[in-house]
Parts: sequence; C-alpha cells; structure tokens
Amino acid sequence: MDGRQLIASRVAMMFKNGDLVNLGFGLPVTVADYLPNGVELWLQAENGMIGQGPTPEAGNDDVDLFNAGALPSTILPGGCTFDTATSFSLIRGGHVSATVLGAFEADQEGSVANWMIPGVLIPGMGGAMDLCAGCKRVIIAMEHCTKEGASKILKKCTLPLTAFKRATHIVTDLCFIEVLPEGLLLKEIAPGYTIDEVVERTEADLIIPDIVGIMLEK
Amino acid sequence: MDSKVVSIEEALSKIHDGLKIMIGDFLGMAAPDELIEGIIKKGVTGLTLISVTTGKPDEGCGKLVAAKAVKKAITSHIGTNKCSREQMLVGELEVEFVPQGTLAERVRCGGAGLGGVLTPTGVGTPVEEGKKKLVIDGKEYLLELPLRADVALVKAWRADPIGNLQYRRTSTMNNAQIALAADFVIAEVEELVDFASLDPDDVGTPSPLVDMVFVRGKENKKPMPPSWIRLRERGGK
Repeated sequence: MDGRQLIASRVAMMFKNGDLVNLGFGLPVTVADYLPNGVELWLQAENGMIGQGPTPEAGNDDVDLFNAGALPSTILPGGCTFDTATSFSLIRGGHVSATVLGAFEADQEGSVANWMIPGVLIPGMGGAMDLCAGCKRVIIAMEHCTKEGASKILKKCTLPLTAFKRATHIVTDLCFIEVLPEGLLLKEIAPGYTIDEVVERTEADLIIPDIVGIMLEK
Repeated sequence: MDSKVVSIEEALSKIHDGLKIMIGDFLGMAAPDELIEGIIKKGVTGLTLISVTTGKPDEGCGKLVAAKAVKKAITSHIGTNKCSREQMLVGELEVEFVPQGTLAERVRCGGAGLGGVLTPTGVGTPVEEGKKKLVIDGKEYLLELPLRADVALVKAWRADPIGNLQYRRTSTMNNAQIALAADFVIAEVEELVDFASLDPDDVGTPSPLVDMVFVRGKENKKPMPPSWIRLRERGGK
C-alpha cells in the first residue's frame, strides 16, 4: 500500500453507513474505493446532486448528469438533483457531515490553504471555502511533505487561506491528526514510522498523547 | 397568451457591447451554447460576465472569454479556461473571485429583493477584504451584497410558449437563480412543448420571469461536449 492509498483507507474508516459526504478532486475522491464493508455513503456533488454514482459505461453518458468536475456521472437509486443555491444551503447549513479536501498547506490552528499560489496557480476557490465553512467535519487529506521534502503542516499557513481555523482532522501518509482548540493531537502514525520521525517531518507543534496508535490497526 | 418564442436573431438583438450578463454554466456544462455562439458571431465586446465558472475555451461561457468578448468576470473558478488565466495575467480580463455558494446567494439576493446576505464563508481569508463583518450569536459573518445583471441567458430543458421552464438533472445549476436576477431574461431550451402541457409541479422557473424563449436548432439535444468526447476517445473515466 502506498502513501496515497494509506491516506484514503484511513479517511474511509471515519464514516458511518449513510453519511452525506463531499469528496474533493484528486486523492479525496478515491476514499470511496476503500470504504469498510457495510458502509455506504451518500456522496454530494456540489454542483447539485446527492447520490453521485460511478462514471457511466461509454455510450451511456447523459449531458445533463455530471459531477463536480463536470465529468459524466450516474446517480444512484434514491439520489436526487437540485439547483446550486440548494446545494450550497446543504453545505453551509451543516447538513453535509464531512468534506474531504486536499491542500497545499494546513496549520496548527486548523487553517487551510488550497485555492491559490500567488503568481503560479490562480484557479479560484470554487466551492472549497463554503465546504470548509459549513461541513461538520473538515478532513484534510494530503501528503505530509512537498516533493522537496518540506512539511505541509505548518505553524502558520503562508499561502492565502481557504478557511480560518476550520479543519477538524489532517490525514497524511505519515499520521492521523485531530485538530483541537489547543493544537494538533497526534492520534496515529503510519506503519513503519516512529513518533520522532513524524515530529521531525512536521513544522507545526504536535501534542503527543501517552498512547499513539498505528494507522489502520484497530 | 402571446408566445415568447423568438429566432436567434431576435434574441441576439438584446445583447450589446458592455452589458452585464449572467449565464448558466458549470465548467462548460448547463450552458446556453447556441446563444453564446451567436454573441461571438455578432462580435459583442466589453461584457461583464457573471457565471459560476468561466467554462472551457471551447465549451460554455468560456468561449466568450476565448473570443475576448469579456472585460470582467465575476466567478468562482477560472482554472479550466487557460484563456481566462492568460487574459487576467496581462490585464485584459478583470476577475472578481467569489466563493461558489456566496455567488449563488448574491444572485439570489439580487433576484429576491434582498439587500445582502450574511455568510460565514470566507471569514479569515482574502475574501473578507473590504467587506463588513458582523457577529451574530457569537459567530462572525461577512456581509455579501446582491448581484444583478442587464440580461440573463438561461439554459433549460423544456419550455412552453409563454416561458415556463423545466430543468433536468444537474443542468439546473445556477439557471433557476439567474432567471430572477436580470432585467431581461432569455431562455435557450432543447424542446418546446404545448401551452399548458408542463405539469405545474415540474416548472422550475415561472413564465412571468422569462422574456424570450429560443429553441435550439436541429440538433436540439445538447451534444456531447468536446472534453467528454476526448475523454471517451482516450478510453478514460
């Protein structure tokens, strides 16, 4: 299992059957592939759907049925579609139990930066700020370090924020962190790593409890 | 009841240089494609575009950006349109980024007679700059102001001749909201049905909001977008 699979598998353990969840693009969307037996989620696509299903077989595409990346989608039995204002009322109103998002940076106050790198990448925030502002759990799923080896979990984010103090969990290829008002609680580390190795690769301060679990071992 | 069904020429007669225009769109989907093509052929410029995204260079309202018909975009996302990015970086296109849910609510306010909305979205981020902040029951909110336009171009599935509109699946998008928030509303539809044949429960936009109904050409059904065709040619998902 590689790091990305570890992240997706661990996030997948956070849900109970029937939860309404929004999965962002990239790594987060793969969480749906690792759900434990007996757990089925209602996936929300923020463009206006509950019950997002898999990509249709070629030839069955419907131009009026697409996911939050505007790619062809199916809708599961019992699902429904609606307009954008309703969709974001669900999101901001706290009716979506969790959002799983990637990020460039997260910090020890629970702030998140994932929508722009000034001068380099300026796509816009889309629905990310609303998702962070309204979902009950804001789960950041990302690699622990950049390709250059720098920590992505910082004392303070340096990039323009998507959300201020809204992350509830940070799940990386090295650890599982719960964000508390007093700081980042290191709950689990990845198999094969020591606590010291995780601390060394993390710029933010971590709260180390007496017992730190191993990710995916229960 | 007078029919509101018009030709594309009649519809385009309402679109001029410099208008503020709202368009249904989501990354190129759910968009009034034939009206957009018509605006480009007419050579309109200087538009202020209010849309959820700026589409793709060859899909949806993104074609207007590619054709340099837009001077300002009020939108949540430009990342799928390299023309938006290029024009923004050289100062040809002004972009006001608005979170997607906030954009929906600002348009809703514009259409619903409300003076603004208080949202927690964007508190503590660059989005709050220059905005009034209010604390309600101990929680911070930003005051976001209404958005209206001169013209809205709405994409719907079906219409009757007096302008009742029915939407389909995820193509509802922002179309139902923008139909309330513009001085003049033109709907592009795939199918015209007889007067009084839509079930009243199925009407997503009531007829008095709609000024013109334009029925798409021969290939009424929206064709597969170029990005989907490329996706399937790659055998991808």
